[in-house]
Amino acid sequence: MTVTTAPVSTTDAAPGTPPGPGTPAKRGRPAVPARSFWLHTERYALLIAWLAVIVVFSLALPNTFFTLGNLQNVLGSQAVLLILALGLLFPLTAGEFDLSVASTLSMSSMTVAVLNAQFGVPLLPSLAAALVVGLAVGLINGVLVVVFKIDSFIVTLGSATVMLGLVQWMSNSSSVTGVDSALVQATVGFRGLLGMPLQFFYGLIAAAIILVILTSTPIGRRLLFVGRGRQVAELSGLNVNRLRIGAFVGSGLVASIAGIVYAGSLGGADPSSGQSFLLPAFAACYLGATAIVPGRFNAVGTFIAVFFLFTGVVGLQMLGAQSFVQQLFYGGALIVAVALSQAIRRQSAKAHA
Amino acid sequence: MIPSTSTPSERTPEALAPLLKIENLSKTFGGLTALSHVDLDVLPGQIHGLLGENGSGKSTLIKILSGFYTPDAGARAWLRGTPITLPIAPGYFRTLGISFVHQDLGLVPELSVVENLRISSIVAGRGPLINWKKERARAAETFARFGLTIDPGETVDRLGDTDRALIAILRAVSELGDHRSLLVLDEPTVFLPKEDTDLLFRVVKELVADGGMSALLVSHDMTEVLEHTDRVTVLRAGEVQAHLTTADTTDEHLVQLIVGRTLRPAKQGAPAATHHAGAVARVDDLATGHVDKLSFDVAAGEIVGLTGLAGSGFEDALAGIYGAHAATGQLTLRGTRSNLADASPRTSLTAGIVYVPADRKTQGGVGELTVEQNVTLPVIGRFRSWFGLNATGLSRRADEIAESYDIRPRNPEALFSTLSGGNQQKAVLGKWLQDDPQLILLQEPTQGVDIGARSIIFDLLRSTAAGGVPIICASSDYDQLAAVCDRVIVLAHGRPHAELTGDDLTHELIAASVITSLTETPARPKESVS
Repeated sequence: MTVTTAPVSTTDAAPGTPPGPGTPAKRGRPAVPARSFWLHTERYALLIAWLAVIVVFSLALPNTFFTLGNLQNVLGSQAVLLILALGLLFPLTAGEFDLSVASTLSMSSMTVAVLNAQFGVPLLPSLAAALVVGLAVGLINGVLVVVFKIDSFIVTLGSATVMLGLVQWMSNSSSVTGVDSALVQATVGFRGLLGMPLQFFYGLIAAAIILVILTSTPIGRRLLFVGRGRQVAELSGLNVNRLRIGAFVGSGLVASIAGIVYAGSLGGADPSSGQSFLLPAFAACYLGATAIVPGRFNAVGTFIAVFFLFTGVVGLQMLGAQSFVQQLFYGGALIVAVALSQAIRRQSAKAHA
Repeated sequence: MIPSTSTPSERTPEALAPLLKIENLSKTFGGLTALSHVDLDVLPGQIHGLLGENGSGKSTLIKILSGFYTPDAGARAWLRGTPITLPIAPGYFRTLGISFVHQDLGLVPELSVVENLRISSIVAGRGPLINWKKERARAAETFARFGLTIDPGETVDRLGDTDRALIAILRAVSELGDHRSLLVLDEPTVFLPKEDTDLLFRVVKELVADGGMSALLVSHDMTEVLEHTDRVTVLRAGEVQAHLTTADTTDEHLVQLIVGRTLRPAKQGAPAATHHAGAVARVDDLATGHVDKLSFDVAAGEIVGLTGLAGSGFEDALAGIYGAHAATGQLTLRGTRSNLADASPRTSLTAGIVYVPADRKTQGGVGELTVEQNVTLPVIGRFRSWFGLNATGLSRRADEIAESYDIRPRNPEALFSTLSGGNQQKAVLGKWLQDDPQLILLQEPTQGVDIGARSIIFDLLRSTAAGGVPIICASSDYDQLAAVCDRVIVLAHGRPHAELTGDDLTHELIAASVITSLTETPARPKESVS
């Protein structure tokens, strides 16, 4: 409960250096005109940490870590986690939790696999069905949270478990293989620029789209007010409930896209392995919220966080660490990230006092 | 003419040594004097009233007693003849035998009555296991002794306001154990109906009578003080105006002491006559949490004030009209009638009604976001471009607002929280007034605002009204009401009590009307003063 309650306050009251209103981050205009050296350090600390990790492992492991193959592995293999984490930014920005994203991912990938491989449904309708699953889960989550006024933590914990059961029923508790090879080609088979699998570019595109939605659309701005000042949002005439439902629909839809990519990368679906994405996705979002726009969940920070975490895991494993190091690393990162954002918040509260 | 009853009569209880004696108590904040050379004697076994307007120094005095503030050097105090070291160390008041009941009562609604009664020992972690059965029996016995029918096992949120206030008082006294000296009641009755106030004071009187203690009652409400206290001290602008024996005083004398001037009678309009020709906005039969039945109208360009004692309904009337709180009644705006039960902020905004809430930090704006993000929120949907938001347009709009509302610093990218209270309020006003509203609802528009910003805001409201917009301003700041309003409606128990216009719109007459608003015969003080 400590891990899960702490983030709530971060979401509600995390401080921030908001970007210039309507200023897409790509323009790089500082939010508050050069407030301090520390602010800039804070913004780029995660990026610097990532580069430092790369340098250290490259020096330690010049023959295995510092190779093109490893670069392709690190960058090319994280699309599913990245897309999942990006979708999670919608509810987190709106001050809600969605613990069901990993189950939505499992259900979506299983839908594709079962329809396509077992029932012989063509690929495109199967993918459409997976997207419908994601939309429906998001809508149900959102309606339960808003209409019945249940804490999103509880609702999504429940719906995640229900879906897990459904996935096991759909799959008869076993892996399903034999998905149309076109999907496999479109995710990991075909290699594009720099020899990267296509899924890497899907992650990049998803990050760009979600960056734009969150920072430069009225919806992104409204979600931010819903998360930061729900009363202000209500009194300002925003349809707060619709925005909250929309945030869940967004995370559900994006999670189902992540599920499709996952099905492509596996060439099928697995009833349980999708669960392992839940904590890393949260860790990436919270760690990302300490960077670029410190104190706010943001797409660029999340992008960096996903690769920072995975780089660390890969390097440690190459150094001979057991595979459990992955759990230690992601779990620890989540706690450190939340602790950091609390510290940023206190510091900024002090600065504004 | 000052009535003859004004002769000070505080020397009567000569034989009694004071239970609490305070001498030469002053408190300055920066250059501002909150209390100036205050003397106070609370006699044993008495209920002592402390009366005064907002800002008269009552709460400063209470906060010195609780150890929250340090008084200026030179103050001295005695409890039962023993000198007290000033400042009082935080929490030490309990050791002295002083206990406080504040307006918010400090109960935990989700817990039961017994759990609330034992809350301090639970928090302190004193004692071994709690024998809840015994505690419940003890609570039931206490309630029975005072003739109360409260179930000790009931959760507090299922009790009425009166039972809650009683529990808070009984708890305050029981926490002192046998070492009881002073019970400080800081406006615990503001939300209670008259009959319940009587019950509450009956309990307080019994506690005082058999506990060898005294009570200090802080109040805005003169009627309550007249009916339930033995002696009364009136504060105005931090100075003691008089120490009086309650039985020897009259309401008109107290009003003059509180307000500070001999009053000529207000030409008090009958509250029923609040509908006028030429009105563009009209409220019929408004009812909300504290408003019982309120009808009034506002002409084009008129600023109507709503005020009253806490709990009178002036605090939530506007939120009800706006649809932010549940309400019933009708609003007619430029001929279009709507049902307030169906109102929501969204529908109100569509109709051109804007509401500027009192609490800038949680309702007016989001501190962690920029001024630009805050002020453009209501109109954000209009600033689209092919690629999301029209950043240039938004930025220009924010610059315009900052310019015309004189928001300093003139930097819309500053965080809202970094602005001073006055500039935050100007930003909030700009946020709402940018879009040519048809009706403006303002809740305490200058609370916590510095003097400079205050006069800018006053000018702004007058010029906005001059443009023909009806404005309703709910406030407990009588100077502000006198300065900007064309008409002020004083509420009592959720209904209109008096209406002041023209020359009657002075701080003193508004204050006098509010202070006496709970008196059974509202017109009386005015008549007798003439």
